[in-house]
Amino acid sequence: MSIFLNKDSKIIVQGMTGGMGAKHTTLMVESGANIVGGVNARKAGTTVELGGKELPVFGSVAEAMKETGADVSVAFVPPAFTKDAAIEAIDAEIPLLVVITEGVPVQDTAEVVAYQEGKSTRMIGPNCPGIITPEESLAGITPHTIAGKGPVGLVSKSGTLTYQMMYELRDFGFTTAIGIGGDPIVGTTHIDALEAFENDPDTKAIVMIGEIGGDAEERAAAYIKDNVTKPVVGYVAGFTAPEGKTMGHAGAIVSGSSGTAQAKKEALEAVGVKVGKTPSETAALMREILQGL
Amino acid sequence: MEYQAKELFAKHGVATTLGKVVETAEAARAAAEELGGVTVVKAQVKAGGRGKAGGVKLAKTADEAFQYASDILGMEIKGLTVNRVLVTPATPPVEEYYFSFLLDRANRSHLCIASVEGGVEIEEVAKTNPEAVRQIRIDAIEGVTPEKAAAIVDEAKFPAELRDQAIDMVQQLWKVYVEEDATLVEVNPLARLEGDKLEALDGKVSLDENAEFRHEDHAAFEIREEADPLEAKAKDKGLNYVKLDGAVGIIGNGAGLVMSTLDVVAYAGEKHGGVKPANFLDIGGGANAEVMANGLDVILNDDQVKSVFVNVFGGITACDEVANGIKGALEILGDAATKPLVVRLDGNNVEEGRRILDELDHPLVTQVDTMDGAADKAAELANA
Repeated sequence: MSIFLNKDSKIIVQGMTGGMGAKHTTLMVESGANIVGGVNARKAGTTVELGGKELPVFGSVAEAMKETGADVSVAFVPPAFTKDAAIEAIDAEIPLLVVITEGVPVQDTAEVVAYQEGKSTRMIGPNCPGIITPEESLAGITPHTIAGKGPVGLVSKSGTLTYQMMYELRDFGFTTAIGIGGDPIVGTTHIDALEAFENDPDTKAIVMIGEIGGDAEERAAAYIKDNVTKPVVGYVAGFTAPEGKTMGHAGAIVSGSSGTAQAKKEALEAVGVKVGKTPSETAALMREILQGL
Repeated sequence: MEYQAKELFAKHGVATTLGKVVETAEAARAAAEELGGVTVVKAQVKAGGRGKAGGVKLAKTADEAFQYASDILGMEIKGLTVNRVLVTPATPPVEEYYFSFLLDRANRSHLCIASVEGGVEIEEVAKTNPEAVRQIRIDAIEGVTPEKAAAIVDEAKFPAELRDQAIDMVQQLWKVYVEEDATLVEVNPLARLEGDKLEALDGKVSLDENAEFRHEDHAAFEIREEADPLEAKAKDKGLNYVKLDGAVGIIGNGAGLVMSTLDVVAYAGEKHGGVKPANFLDIGGGANAEVMANGLDVILNDDQVKSVFVNVFGGITACDEVANGIKGALEILGDAATKPLVVRLDGNNVEEGRRILDELDHPLVTQVDTMDGAADKAAELANA
């Protein structure tokens, strides 16, 4: 089992013919993910060969879904067009939309999130590495070679920390690893992923990676207290980040007393989550738990 | 800064007084003369608490404006040097309110905060009189309609005689927020002047950098001389760099990993005389020789830097490309590269990457296999 994505997932790519889109579609095909086509209104009716696979290009998400039975879309469209691409996918009622694009104006994301409310699409991202269910499917840019299948569920704001943690625990492996993105507003939250991992019988333990800014980790801690029975290990990046400086991710900023790594660590520890000071210490904490299971 | 916020307010019809922004005391005198009457001389820095710090003065005459401007210019407020002052006509408020629109991360939408107790820090009011601070959620699609604006004004309990003015102003401020792609539009104080006129006496606007592509005019708001020179240089080269205060230069890929690297170096530094990270630098996915050379160039020009830690997890980027990047960077920099480099490579094509650096056998480069070990080595070298 896994969450949100499995071997039966049929994936289309919005922006497949662009530079980033073509590169990562190739990598997704090579990972064994079932990529069934792409969307580009101006190139509808043509095909593109990527990763040794002949992929049809459709005029719209709805058309691509109708023709291929796709249930996942990965979007690599530029920031200026991301809002429209997301709304198109939501209108087509695609079950899972993964927005990789970095640099989307936050008011656009807020609009998409509000639009998605009450509709059937789950959105992951924007500004995220996407989601991987090792040995089954990949919807995003996470290298499929880092780690295989196993008992750990991973949810992270950061892409490279997702990779680092998968690497640290590669001898155990993962059910699913999901990067939710570092923007101030994202579709799928830590809490959504925690809920799904809690309900996934194959996930035995969960790693949650956060970073400075906002209070998503604090809210996740409150959720864990009442709803998660599986062991959770946490890591928060940015203990040494100064106030008022944005650290790479648009959402990673300490403003006043809020958003500090220390506050997040304390909130998580207060509900019984063990929190590592470094990625390796976090992995060691998880290792102890897994060996005790 | 205040005067820039006011320019945006004025652009969208919000009642405010622009005044004159000047950079010398002489110009402040001229501005006060031209405005006539009593003026206020206000320090222009991106920080709150300017009044408390002595950066806001009431000048009865142009000579007083000159005197206060010479006191304020060059003053430091919360670590920021004051390079300009705003001279405005003094308009003593009868009452002071607070109003803002901001991004509501928790609810993934927008929020309005309004209070009839303004002119002081709103966080303080929230503590001492939370009932007076009203929070109203804004639907991201509907935005602020005339009905919503009226509901906000009533919820905030603005005086009845100001109701119509306030409803107009709330809608204008929403226009500033939406049309300028702001993440914060704050008016404090929102003043009730003689004759029951509402005016934005002071304000703050934060703009979303991600939206710059549709606001070419926003670049003008950035004031270069106040940015750190290394940060300015990095920005010119398209690097994601933040200057910090320590001795270990940091280069990594991915914002999360770099942030984490800063932490690991700071912990390692505790064992090596308390050395700290010197910067945040995320070279992103495509770490070719040029990007690496630009990054190293910025970091090596930081006089505080004693050692450099290159921490890369090869995800999409292959480690051999990164190793070639370091090699190329050292060739480009030549004798300009003078500080020891500790390199930790992991992930995609790591064997090839490590082999390239082994073969290079550069006297400044040390390879360490783990992030913790490399951080320790870099801290040790910075403390040598």
